[in-house]
Amino acid sequence: MIPLREIAFARSGDKGSSANVAVFGRTPAAYRWLRDHLTEGLVEDYFRPLGVGRVTRYDVPNLEALNFVLAGVLAGGGSRSLRIDAQGKALGMALLEMKVDYPATR
Amino acid sequence: MAAPLKIANASGFWGDQPGAAARLAADQPDLDFLTLDYLAEVSLSIMAILREKDPAAGYARDFVDVVRSLCPFWSAGGRTRVVTNAGGLDPGACARACADALRAAGLGRLRVAAVAGDDVLAVLRSGAGGFENLETGAPLATVAGRLVTANAYLGAGAIADALRAGADIVVAGRVADPSLTVGPCIARFGWPPGDYGPLAGATVAGHLIECGTQACGGFSTDWLDLPDNLSIGFPIAEVSPDGSCVVTKPAGSGGAVSVQTVKEQLLYEVGDPGSYLSPDATVSFLTLRVEQAGADRVRVSGATGRAPPESYKVSATYRDGYKAHGMVTVFGHDAVRKARRAGEGVLRRLQRAGCVYREHLVECLGTGASACGIASRMSDTHLVETVLRVSVAADAREDVERFAKEMAPLVTCGPQGVTGYAAGRPRVMPVFGFWPTLVARSAVAPSHRILDGSRP
Repeated sequence: MIPLREIAFARSGDKGSSANVAVFGRTPAAYRWLRDHLTEGLVEDYFRPLGVGRVTRYDVPNLEALNFVLAGVLAGGGSRSLRIDAQGKALGMALLEMKVDYPATR
Repeated sequence: MAAPLKIANASGFWGDQPGAAARLAADQPDLDFLTLDYLAEVSLSIMAILREKDPAAGYARDFVDVVRSLCPFWSAGGRTRVVTNAGGLDPGACARACADALRAAGLGRLRVAAVAGDDVLAVLRSGAGGFENLETGAPLATVAGRLVTANAYLGAGAIADALRAGADIVVAGRVADPSLTVGPCIARFGWPPGDYGPLAGATVAGHLIECGTQACGGFSTDWLDLPDNLSIGFPIAEVSPDGSCVVTKPAGSGGAVSVQTVKEQLLYEVGDPGSYLSPDATVSFLTLRVEQAGADRVRVSGATGRAPPESYKVSATYRDGYKAHGMVTVFGHDAVRKARRAGEGVLRRLQRAGCVYREHLVECLGTGASACGIASRMSDTHLVETVLRVSVAADAREDVERFAKEMAPLVTCGPQGVTGYAAGRPRVMPVFGFWPTLVARSAVAPSHRILDGSRP
């Protein structure tokens, strides 16, 4: 198992009380692996401790990217959320800590 | 084919680097435009509160300092023009302050325009529509009495009109962030309304540069590995007449413009990449091509556009009580256990005092609190230090004020090793609810006015 950051980079930001996390493959092979394995369900389970609602995945093949929209993950977001990360700045880094079973031979 | 239009961004948000505009003008004097973005989702509500204490505070006064900082450049013959949303709630007052600064510097010949029409508070208050919350579907009536601001995200039209009328500085209030870039493009290239291909391309260019250094490696995953990451350059979009662009940065600045940094910024704060909504065009990012075209030069082409939504998006805010955050550092063995217990003690004292909070939170920074419950690397018992952060929110200001007085006593009644409390009492802040909604285009009339800069 390796951390996702070894095969991907990411960017997160807020949209009201939701956030998006874009994940990009570092190589074409890494992107194909992400496309096949990094499902909405997996991401939803991963962010469940933050109270995420529905997770929607958008495929962006021309950028070798997946864009996840995490509904309601910011506990109100904006000026309302009491959390240290009220605007989802850390969510990309958090997702990149996910341990994944990426085959070493690829 | 006409030469590309060189548009830089010198401010990604209210509070960005104050010297950026003057540095860009010095490093890259051939820029056609500087754009400066000041308005996040709730910025206007902050201005509304400031304005209650000072009627002249309804706009980002930092921008007037930026204008002053550019005066030597213009006096020496510089021709770069400026487009900003620093006008906030009062673009007219901001434009007048800019004109005053220019005149004081002997630059009364430069023309300042104010863009108006984004303020739709009266429209929302009129109750002429449901104005349901786009996130929750709730009707506006639930918060109507507490509304503070309501502003439509205008498009590029009025900015382009002001530039074509000869404005050197255009001061808008709420406009869609990319429209600060699209406006100059329309003024230069003359794209007619409905020419959605190039409008989509320029919208992408504007989206890429609107957050300042973020296009050049700021906030990037691999920030630590960037060249000269202590002085990351602000971005420049060289927009071609077909709407495609090259993103670059001034020679000698730090950071990088690479396929990676540009891709990251492309999807920043984006929902459906096949349908990026802006008042100038609805854009698909799914046809974009992103290619390295030289050192720190990335070409972005292939945007496809279609008609924008029939309505304007509105960002409204309403008063929603008060909050405060307090922090102290806890050092020593069992630091996290001690900190958590001390935080609970603060909340218990407040409860005994009769305070009522609709929400409260105890966080121990250093334990992975930014994504609590995710990705912890080790057991908390290994930490010798943590920052205890306690937060409360309440409808009544007094209850939050009382909280602000209960943090510092931890120095004497908390565990040994409480330190780092010197910043003083927590600040009581108003909470603004965010109310995204829609308003019919027919209810909004964007306009511009060029000030007479020769007299006060």
